[in-house]
Amino acid sequence: MEEKVTEFKSLELKDIYKEFPGVVANNRISLKINAGEIHALLGENGAGKTTLMNIIYGIYQPDDGEIYINGKKVFIDSPRTAMKYGIGMVHQHFMLVENHTVAENVALGLSGTKFLNPTKEIAKEIERYSSEIGLHVNPDAKIWQLSAGEQQRVEILKALMRGAKLIILDEPTSVLTPQEASELFKTIKHLVKNGHSVIFITHKLEEVYELGGIVTVLRQGKVIDSTTTKDATKEELAKMMVGREILFNLEKEDIKPGEIVVKVENLEVLNDKGLKAIKNLNFEVRKGEILGIAGVSGNGQRELVEALTGLRRVEKGRILINGKEVQNKGAREIGEMGVSHIPEERIKYGIVPNLPVYENAVLRDYYKEPFSNRGILNYKKIKEFAIKLVKEFSIATPSIETKAKLLSGGNIQKLILARETTTKSTFIVAAHPTYGLDIAATEYIRKLLLQKRKEGSAILLVSEDLEEILQLSDRVAVMFMGEFMGIVDPKKVSIEEIGLMMAGSMRM
Amino acid sequence: MHISIEKRGYVSKRYSTTVYLLSIFVAVIISSFIFLLRGVNPFYAFYKIFQGSFGSAFGIKETITKAIPLLLIAEGLIVAFKGKFWNIGANGQLLIGATFSTWIALNYGPTHSAITTIPLMFIVGFIGGALYGFIPAVLKVKLGINEIIATLMLNYIAEDFVEYLVYGPWKGKTQYGFPYTDNFPPSATLAQIPGTRISYITLIIALVSVVVVYYFIEKTKYGFEIKVAGENPHAAEYSGIDFIKMTIIMMLISGGLAGIAGVGEVAGIHRHLTYPAQVSSGYGYTAIIVAWLAQLNPILAVVSALFFGGILVGGDVIQTSLGFPFSTINAFNGFILIFVMIGNFFTEYKIKIRR
Amino acid sequence: MNLIISILQRTMVAGTPLLLGTVGEIITERSGILNLGIEGMMALGAIVGFSVTYTTKNPVLGLFTGILAGGVLALLHAFVSINIRGIQTLSGLAIAMIGSGLAGMLGKNYIGVPLPTRFSEVAIPGLSKIPFIGPILFNRDPLFYTGIILAVLAWFILFKTRWGINIRSVGENPKAADALGINVGLVKYLSTFIGGCFAGFAGAYLTLAYMPSWIEGMTGGRGWIVIALTIFAQWDPLRAILGAYIFGGVDVLQYILQPLGIPVPILKMTPYIVTLIILLITAREIMRKHLGAPKALGEPFIKGEK
Repeated sequence: MEEKVTEFKSLELKDIYKEFPGVVANNRISLKINAGEIHALLGENGAGKTTLMNIIYGIYQPDDGEIYINGKKVFIDSPRTAMKYGIGMVHQHFMLVENHTVAENVALGLSGTKFLNPTKEIAKEIERYSSEIGLHVNPDAKIWQLSAGEQQRVEILKALMRGAKLIILDEPTSVLTPQEASELFKTIKHLVKNGHSVIFITHKLEEVYELGGIVTVLRQGKVIDSTTTKDATKEELAKMMVGREILFNLEKEDIKPGEIVVKVENLEVLNDKGLKAIKNLNFEVRKGEILGIAGVSGNGQRELVEALTGLRRVEKGRILINGKEVQNKGAREIGEMGVSHIPEERIKYGIVPNLPVYENAVLRDYYKEPFSNRGILNYKKIKEFAIKLVKEFSIATPSIETKAKLLSGGNIQKLILARETTTKSTFIVAAHPTYGLDIAATEYIRKLLLQKRKEGSAILLVSEDLEEILQLSDRVAVMFMGEFMGIVDPKKVSIEEIGLMMAGSMRM
Repeated sequence: MHISIEKRGYVSKRYSTTVYLLSIFVAVIISSFIFLLRGVNPFYAFYKIFQGSFGSAFGIKETITKAIPLLLIAEGLIVAFKGKFWNIGANGQLLIGATFSTWIALNYGPTHSAITTIPLMFIVGFIGGALYGFIPAVLKVKLGINEIIATLMLNYIAEDFVEYLVYGPWKGKTQYGFPYTDNFPPSATLAQIPGTRISYITLIIALVSVVVVYYFIEKTKYGFEIKVAGENPHAAEYSGIDFIKMTIIMMLISGGLAGIAGVGEVAGIHRHLTYPAQVSSGYGYTAIIVAWLAQLNPILAVVSALFFGGILVGGDVIQTSLGFPFSTINAFNGFILIFVMIGNFFTEYKIKIRR
Repeated sequence: MNLIISILQRTMVAGTPLLLGTVGEIITERSGILNLGIEGMMALGAIVGFSVTYTTKNPVLGLFTGILAGGVLALLHAFVSINIRGIQTLSGLAIAMIGSGLAGMLGKNYIGVPLPTRFSEVAIPGLSKIPFIGPILFNRDPLFYTGIILAVLAWFILFKTRWGINIRSVGENPKAADALGINVGLVKYLSTFIGGCFAGFAGAYLTLAYMPSWIEGMTGGRGWIVIALTIFAQWDPLRAILGAYIFGGVDVLQYILQPLGIPVPILKMTPYIVTLIILLITAREIMRKHLGAPKALGEPFIKGEK
C-alpha cells in the first residue's frame, strides 16, 4: 500500500518569495532540513510559517525562489507531487471528511488501493500501523465521532501511509490537552528515530524545548536566524520572534470585583447532534472581573458562548443578567441588556464582508436611535459613529466606505471589538479574541479587555491560549465535557494541575 | 506553463462598469449565433430583433409595453434576490394577482365606477400575488424547504388553476368557446396612452415601484436586514435579525409586485383572463435575468427592463418574419445570463500565467 | 384487474425518465455541483434523439446523440460553476432556458411528425409470464431495464468503489480531497457531464419510448421534479428508484381520475402538489435524522483559499 518513494536525504529552500494582495508572506526565505531531524519553525501568527509549508506541500507555488530535494531542483505543483517526493503534511485545521469513516478518509487519493471495496484492505493496513507505531484509531469510526487527538492521528496515518518521510506538523498541539501533546511528542521522537524528518510549526516556546532540535525563527516573512535548542535560550528565541523584549506581564491592576452581573444556574445545553454539550453548569461573573474559560476546544465552550448570547437554546437552567432571566431570549434582546459578543469566527459571524465599514459598525444597533428612526436609517449618524470608532480604535482602513473584507484580520477584530464594547459593555463574551492575529493586534486587544475590566465590565474570556487566560483572568474555569473541573486562581494553580483538569483527570 | 487565478483586491467603478458593458455586448453577439441553427445569418437576425423593437415608433411603444411588467416584477425580484431568496415563482404570483383582480372586474366592476373598481383591482392583485409569495416564504423559514422547487411547483399549480378557470367555471359566455373570461366592463379596464397599449396607471405604478424599492432597500432597516442576511446569513443570526419576519416581508413585496404586473396584463392588455401562457408571457422568468443584469440595482433595472422588453418584441418579430418559435428568445436570454456571469468573474479575479 | 395492471405498466414507463434524471442529478450533486438545468438538458436530449432517429431511422443512434446532447449542455454549466465560480442556481436556470429554447428551435419542423421507429416492449422470456408481475415488470422496453441497472450501478460505484469515495469526498470537503491530490475540478466536471448525459437520456426516452413524437414543452416540468426527487432520495440512487416510480404513479393517476369528472387542469396539478408534499415529508425527516445534502453542495471550490 505504501508509495514507492525515493529516499529522502534533504530538503532545501532557496530565496522563496510569495506575496498575496497587500502582504508579502514569505520574503526570500532559505532553509535546509536533513533526514532524521526535528526542525521547529517558530514564529508569531502571521509570520509566514503556514504559507511556507503550503509551498513545500504544493498547495501554493512560490512567486520566486527554488526548492531542492536531495540536491536536485524540483517543482512542487500540487500535493500529489509533494507526496511523490515523500513530503506529508498535517494541517492545523484537519482536512478530513467528517461524514466518512477513518478508512474512507485514508483511502481517499491513496494510489494502489483496490478499486472495489477499497476500505476493507485499508482498514487492515490501519490496524497494522496502529500496532507498529502506536497510533491507535478505529478504522470504521466516522470522523465526527472522534476526539481531536484521534482525528490528528488519522491525519498522521494518512501521511505515513502515503510514504511520507518528511512530515510537516502545523501547530499540532493547538487542539490537544497537555497530556495528548506529550503523547504526540513521544510519537514524533519515535518517528525521527525511525529515520523520518519532522518540521514542527509552532508559536509555543516550551514545545520547542521539549522536542529539542533545530529551530528556525520567522518574523514578518523573513528568517531571523536558524539555531538549535542547545545554543539559544528561551528569552533569545522570544526576542527573535517578536523583535523586542516581550512583556510577559501586562499591567493588570488589582481590582476588587463588584456585585454579581451574570449568574448561571444548572445550565444544560445540547450540541448540534442533540447530545449534552453542557451539563449542569453553575457560575457567576462579577463587575470588573474576567472569568477565563480554559480547555480544549470541543468541550462545550462554543455552546456556552452561544447560550449566553442567545444563539443557542437552553434546555434546562437559568441565565441571569443583573437579576433578569435571559435564557432563550434571543440574540437581540440579550444584546439590549448590554451583552456583547466577540465571535470565535470573526469573518463568518462578526462582519458582513461585502458591506462597507460603516454599515458593519452598526450591525447590531442599526435599528435603534440614533441610527434609525421609525424604521428609516439615518446614515449621517451612522457614518459619524463609524468615523469615531475608526479613530478611537486606530482601525486601519482607507475609508469607512471600504468593504470590510478588505481589512486585515487584526483590523476586522478591532472593528468588531470597537462596535461591541462601545455600545454594550455590561457583559462581554469574548471567544478566542486574539486567535490568528499579529503581536501588535493581540497586545491591543488584551489591553482593551483589561481596560474594560477596569471600567466595570464583566468579562467571559474563552481561549485556547493558556498564557492569555492566565495573564488576563481573575479566575479560571477549566472546562471538560461540559462541566467545570474547577474554578481556580491563576496565580496559585500550576500548569500540571490545569493540564490534568483539561484532560478530565482531576477536579479542584 | 502554469495558469493561476487570483482575487483582485479593489476594483475601480470604471473598470467594473466597462467589463459589465463589454460582457453584455459580447453576450448579445455570441447569443445571436444560435440563429445559425436554422440557417439564418446571426447578424441579420440580430438586426431584425433590434429594428423591430427600437427601430420604429410602434416598436418602441411595444417595447415599453413589455418593459412595464418586466420592471414591476424585476423590482420585486431584486428585493428577494438581495436576501438570497430565489423567487422563481413570479409567473405564478402574477397569475394569482391577475386572477384575484379578474374576480373583482367581473363581479364588482359591472355595478361600480372605475374610480373604485380600478384601485380595488390593484389592491386585490397585490394581495393575491403577495399571498402566493407568502406560501414559499413560510415553507422555507418553518420547514427549510428549498424555495426554488417550491416556487416552481407553485408556478405550475397556478398555471393549471387559471387554465381550469378559463376552460371551466369562468369561461366567458360571449367568447364563442374561446378559453377567455368575458371581457371586463369599461370600469375595469385601464386607460391607455392613445395609439399604444401602455396603460397610464401601470406605467406610473412601475416607475413608483422603482423609487419605493430603492428607498426600501437603501434607507429602511428592513432593507438593511435583507442586505445583511443576503450577504452573510450567519452575521444576520448573530445580529439577532428575525429571519422569519424578514423573509415574509420580502416575499410579500416580491409577490405583490408580480401580482400588480398581472393586473396590468389582464386589465390593460387583454381585458379578460385568458390561458396562462398568454397572461404571463413568461415574464416571471425573463424578469430574473432583467434583475440580474441590472446587478440587483433598482434604478438600473429600468434600463435592463427596456432592453429585455426590446428583446421580447424582437422575439415576436423573428417569430413572424423568420419563422422562429418564440422559445428561441429563451435560449437567447439564457446565453446572455451566462455571459454576464462570466463577465462578473473578471471583475473579481484575474488570471496569472507563469512560465 | 386488467385496469390495475395497465395502470402499473404505465407507471413503470412514466417513472423511467424520472429515475434516469434523478440518478444523474444525484451523481452531480454528490460531487458538490447543483445543476438546476435538467429541464433544459432533458428537452435537448429529447429533440436531438427524436431528430436523429427520424433522419437515420436508428433509435439507438438517436438515443446516444440525445445522451451526448445533454452531456454537452451540462459542460457549459460545469464551466460556469467550476471555472467561473458563478452562482450555480443562476447558471442552472440559464441552462434550463437555453436547453428548452434550443429544443424549441430545433423541434419546430418536427411537431406532430410521427416517428417511424421507437423502442418497443421486449418480453423477457419466462419472467414475463409470471402472473400479475410479469406483464408489469418484465414486458417493458429495453430502456426501462437499462434505467434500473444504471441506478444500481450508480449506487454501487458511489458506495463500494474508490471512484465513489473520490466523488463523495469532493462533494463533502473538496479542500481535503484537493490536499490529497484528487483533481477536484476534474471530478466535478465528469460528474456534471454524466449527470447531463442521464438527463439527455431521460429526454430521449420521452421521445423514443414514452410517446414517440415531439411537441414543444413535452418535458412538462419533469426536470424540476427530478430536483425534488433527488432530495427525496437522500442522494441515494436506490432510494431514487422508489421515488421515481411512486411519482410515475402519480403522473398516471391523472388518467385514472379523469373518468370521475374532475376537470383536466386540476388533475394536471397533481404531480406538482405531490412534489410539495414530498418535500414537506422529507424536510421533517431531514430535521429528525440530521441527514442531508453533501456538505459542500453548491459552493464553488477555490484552490488555495484559506
